[in-house]
Amino acid sequence: MIAVVDYHKGNLLSVQRGLEALGARVLVTDDAAAIARADAIVLPGVGAFADAAESMQALGQLAAVRERIALGVPFLGICLGMHLMFEEGTEGAPQEDDEESSHNAQGLAVLPGVVDRMPRTDAQGRAYKVPHVGWNQVVPPAGDKDAAVFASPLFAGIDPGEFFYFTHSYVVPDGPFSIAETTHATAFPCAVQYGDAAFGVQFHPEKSSDAGSKLLGNFIAIAKGA
Amino acid sequence: MLAKRVIPCMDVKDGRVVKGVNFVNLRDAGDPIELASAYDAQKADEVIFLDITATSDDRATTVELASHASASLHLPYCVGGGFRSVADIRRMIAVGADKVSVNSAAVTNPALIAEAARAFGTQAIVCAIDAKAVAGNPNKWEVYVAGGRKATGIDAVAWAREAARLGAGEILLTSMDRDGSRDGFDCALTRAVARAVDIPVIASGGVGKLEHFAEGIIEGEADAVLAASVFHFGELTVRQVKEHMRSCGIPVRL
Repeated sequence: MIAVVDYHKGNLLSVQRGLEALGARVLVTDDAAAIARADAIVLPGVGAFADAAESMQALGQLAAVRERIALGVPFLGICLGMHLMFEEGTEGAPQEDDEESSHNAQGLAVLPGVVDRMPRTDAQGRAYKVPHVGWNQVVPPAGDKDAAVFASPLFAGIDPGEFFYFTHSYVVPDGPFSIAETTHATAFPCAVQYGDAAFGVQFHPEKSSDAGSKLLGNFIAIAKGA
Repeated sequence: MLAKRVIPCMDVKDGRVVKGVNFVNLRDAGDPIELASAYDAQKADEVIFLDITATSDDRATTVELASHASASLHLPYCVGGGFRSVADIRRMIAVGADKVSVNSAAVTNPALIAEAARAFGTQAIVCAIDAKAVAGNPNKWEVYVAGGRKATGIDAVAWAREAARLGAGEILLTSMDRDGSRDGFDCALTRAVARAVDIPVIASGGVGKLEHFAEGIIEGEADAVLAASVFHFGELTVRQVKEHMRSCGIPVRL
């Protein structure tokens, strides 16, 4: 049973149906106890970081999810769900425009760093549209440049350069946890891994056609094998 | 590299695609989900359902359509037409729409964009603008509402800028002069808006042949190009369009 975490911010249908179409048993739930009992957890991306973190805190979900990830339970965060794996996010924080602000919302803190607005210009000063909306190519991180294939099992059978559907204005920090990246203005991590079984993806696999189904299928296989 | 998007648009009335559909290899050409699935298979980057029904009774049909779409499609989709409140938008998002487009109601009540963006995120709110050239003034376009029937006196470029400031995540820009003309996009209008805002712009209105799509991207500086009848009538496939765009050096997902 895969628990899809409902933190009361909107539509989870697409994620639920994407997983069910691949044969997974899915429970959409806001109940921290049910989440803690699940064999795997999917945290979808809906709304803004601060709102979502506040709801998850109030519903007891932050602690439940954090504990399960620490125990090695398979986890997939999608879009905002990936952002929430990090320590802090500036999105929707009370003093977002104040650079000295220390009022960032707190996430699951499984991975280190702050999720922040994506840059609107590249190194040459060329302007890019934000939100980053549409299909972009996903490749292994620059550090793995020689890798002809993705190293992470989440991308098993997926060719570097495959397109996935993105829609977001905030990006996660870079680090050794990056397992894939894409480029819009600058290169940034678009998939991350913690331990053997916790993953986050910036794009929406449930909206990414065959490549997206492949990735969700890989996660389900990882969940079954765990 | 972020691909430029090709977006088939379906006008939907009482749950059926209208404005003429003569699509090959379809059992039932008027069914929006079936049509959208065919576009999905052709690697359309997303699809838009524009609800052109007039009564609120019929809108329930569109909510049902959006719900079926989220079950059947593996690509993002936008639903537009007739949203007047955050509650209207919530109903559509709740059944699985990735985005909604607002048009007339946002002109009357710009706060709707800000409220909806706050509730559902900037990426979920598309501001649709119907613009018509101002006679005798080559670089001026006026915003029309109520399905193009009512002039507002508002400058289209200024309104696009304001919509972006309020929190719209994309502009869906339709040239009323070109819509249905098959003469190609109004690239001057598209470029003026694309340069005025820092959010993506979808060019709409006027596609009649293959070359028009690339023109919208290169000359119009659009981030995405939309068309309806050339796809519905099976004159062009999304794949043909993308292959031509790629031959012009435009990044596409094939």
